[in-house]
Amino acid sequence: MQVYLDNNATTMVDPAVTEAMIPYFSEIYGNPNSLHKFGTASHPAITKAINQMYKGIGASDKDDIIFTSCATEANNWVLKSVWIDKILHSDKNHIVTTEIEHPSVLSTCRFLEDQGVKVTYLPVNDQGIVEAHTVKAFITEKTALVSIMWANNETGMIFPIKEIGEICREKGVLFHTDGVQAVGKIPVNMEEVHVDFMSMSAHKFHGPKGIGALYIKNSQHLTPLLHGGEHMGGRRSGTLNVPYIVGMGQALEMATTNMEEKISMIAAKRNRLEDALLGALEDVMVVGDRANRTPNTILISIRGVEGEGMLWDLNNALIGASTGSACASESLEANTVMLAIGADNELAHTGIRLSLSRFTTDEEIDYVIERFESAVKRLRAISSSYAIVQPTAGGATLACHIHH
Amino acid sequence: MAKNDLLGGSLWDQYSNKVTTLMNNPHNQGEITQEECDAAGHTLIVADFGAESCGDAVRLYWEVDPASDTIVNSKFKSFGCGTAIASSDMMAELCIGKTVQQAVKITNIDVEMSLRDTPETPAVPPQKMHCSVMAYDVIKKAAGLYLGVDEASFEDEIIVCECARVSLGTLREVIRLNDLKTIEQVTDYTKAGGFCKSCIKPGGHEAREYYLVDILADVRHEMDVEKMQASADAGTHGDFETMTLVQKIKAIDAAIDESVRQFLIMDGGNVEIIDVKDSPDYIDIYIRYLGACNGCASSSTGTLYAIEATLKEKLSSKIRVLPI
Repeated sequence: MQVYLDNNATTMVDPAVTEAMIPYFSEIYGNPNSLHKFGTASHPAITKAINQMYKGIGASDKDDIIFTSCATEANNWVLKSVWIDKILHSDKNHIVTTEIEHPSVLSTCRFLEDQGVKVTYLPVNDQGIVEAHTVKAFITEKTALVSIMWANNETGMIFPIKEIGEICREKGVLFHTDGVQAVGKIPVNMEEVHVDFMSMSAHKFHGPKGIGALYIKNSQHLTPLLHGGEHMGGRRSGTLNVPYIVGMGQALEMATTNMEEKISMIAAKRNRLEDALLGALEDVMVVGDRANRTPNTILISIRGVEGEGMLWDLNNALIGASTGSACASESLEANTVMLAIGADNELAHTGIRLSLSRFTTDEEIDYVIERFESAVKRLRAISSSYAIVQPTAGGATLACHIHH
Repeated sequence: MAKNDLLGGSLWDQYSNKVTTLMNNPHNQGEITQEECDAAGHTLIVADFGAESCGDAVRLYWEVDPASDTIVNSKFKSFGCGTAIASSDMMAELCIGKTVQQAVKITNIDVEMSLRDTPETPAVPPQKMHCSVMAYDVIKKAAGLYLGVDEASFEDEIIVCECARVSLGTLREVIRLNDLKTIEQVTDYTKAGGFCKSCIKPGGHEAREYYLVDILADVRHEMDVEKMQASADAGTHGDFETMTLVQKIKAIDAAIDESVRQFLIMDGGNVEIIDVKDSPDYIDIYIRYLGACNGCASSSTGTLYAIEATLKEKLSSKIRVLPI
């Protein structure tokens, strides 16, 4: 058996989504902007996808949902264009974000800092979220934008987007949320929150890679990132990626139809897995309250077992998971989320993320429970953290010599 | 960055088969107890390096025969990723059978080399070299405990590159002897900076006390200063080609004063030096004629040859004189 539990990284495209996309490669391939019938033949499918998107996130007809190549593009677009519109051409100079945003937000913010923008990176609490009052405290009259994710990729923790949105409305500050880990996983209704911009990505909810979208409240002004042939009303140029737009709409509809039912099914499996691991293993901890977490995510820390080593053993058992362990990353930088939570340095090296999907089966969960436990057992048998014979006098480590 | 770097490649695919095998089945994993050592009349040494909070930790066990200082058995425990476990296993393997004094000579590169499948292909990619091969530090500690000396006493010099164990002294000497000008040359000559790359410049995996860029810049600066001092000491009487620009101009003026200028002045003219340009093959001296010499027929023939011949003879055969 092989089990894929890395669905926060990417998901399998639902075969029904692929099926919906197929006709738009070689049968109905015209450019939607062409006047002839080859072009206009794609219009019904695009209209359907647009409707699926608006319904999927509860957007009003007055709002825009603009398709992009990915959520990274959407995040770049908002940050860079707010900089152009509100900072370069007005007296504002400040952006508020968090320490644990996706790299497409953090790297863009660092780029903007190089351009002279002031950026505040808010810390998270021990639950891994930023509290609304913290956001409020850091907004100044110079603040142009608040950019805070809806849910975190590593922990699955859900941020108080409704409260933060209200604060931004009161203060008259633009609010962007990276909704990549929320859309398709938990109910997202733009009618119920005050959000100016929201980034989305299809491949996180069983759609294809290479397509994302940006929600823009009330179709408000935002200078385009990509200039060109005036596609999508001039908001984002580039020939419409028809099959992928169809796929994204279809995937979002499937993810959000009977969503409560889907959530409880995934959560039941996730909870069973989490309970089994917490019950069977000593010295383990899971980050964040379940009630405030995306239903598919577990971030578990296993004392004495380094994350990449654990990932290796899971991979040998044909289980795909993820770790924020410093050792597994090219940069060797300790996991920012783990460090931001501040629980302990150990956590930055022992965290394993298991993320389920609606395709995860009970048999797979049983298999993972068994193999996870045996991997922990093997690695703890090797681990110095569980050694019995103590160092010779003077042979213990006094300080951490290694600087990650 | 080019075609081969577009897809990052899989970290794990870059591990040697030996690393993979030892990770899955370390031979020397385990502990040595005091009781075992007591029974054989041997000494038990247990040393730690790193900690769980650092991301890597290794505990090294030695059973040493005090009669010969020989490590008769060695085991390890490790908190770390696959390569840390495999390299700790190889480290223990390399210790067995050696005397404590020999074991201190084991370097991180020795461990890495022993983990290679073929001599040319590294056992682990560069970024894993740093975080997973910690042999030298823990061995040094164990040896210090056994011999009852401070582990720092094994360090008779400052190590700049921990991976390849290249000292500051060696680096300075190699840069000087081979007239090295780039970091790439330094790495080619010494292997320093060729593994985890932390020691090349600040901002790598690990903060270092010394960086190759600074060492290279310092040595180059020293070499330049020495060269200038040597020229200054030699003054205008030394080797013309190694003189500074100012010295060259002075020497040229002196040579012209001595044998040419008086004849020009007698004819109502003169000459001034405008510039001196060095190239590998020539030293070009740009001059300008003044007074009657300016426009005189022989200024581009006879007089010019006389000036050039004089300077060639007195200063350097590479000289060309060019009137402007």
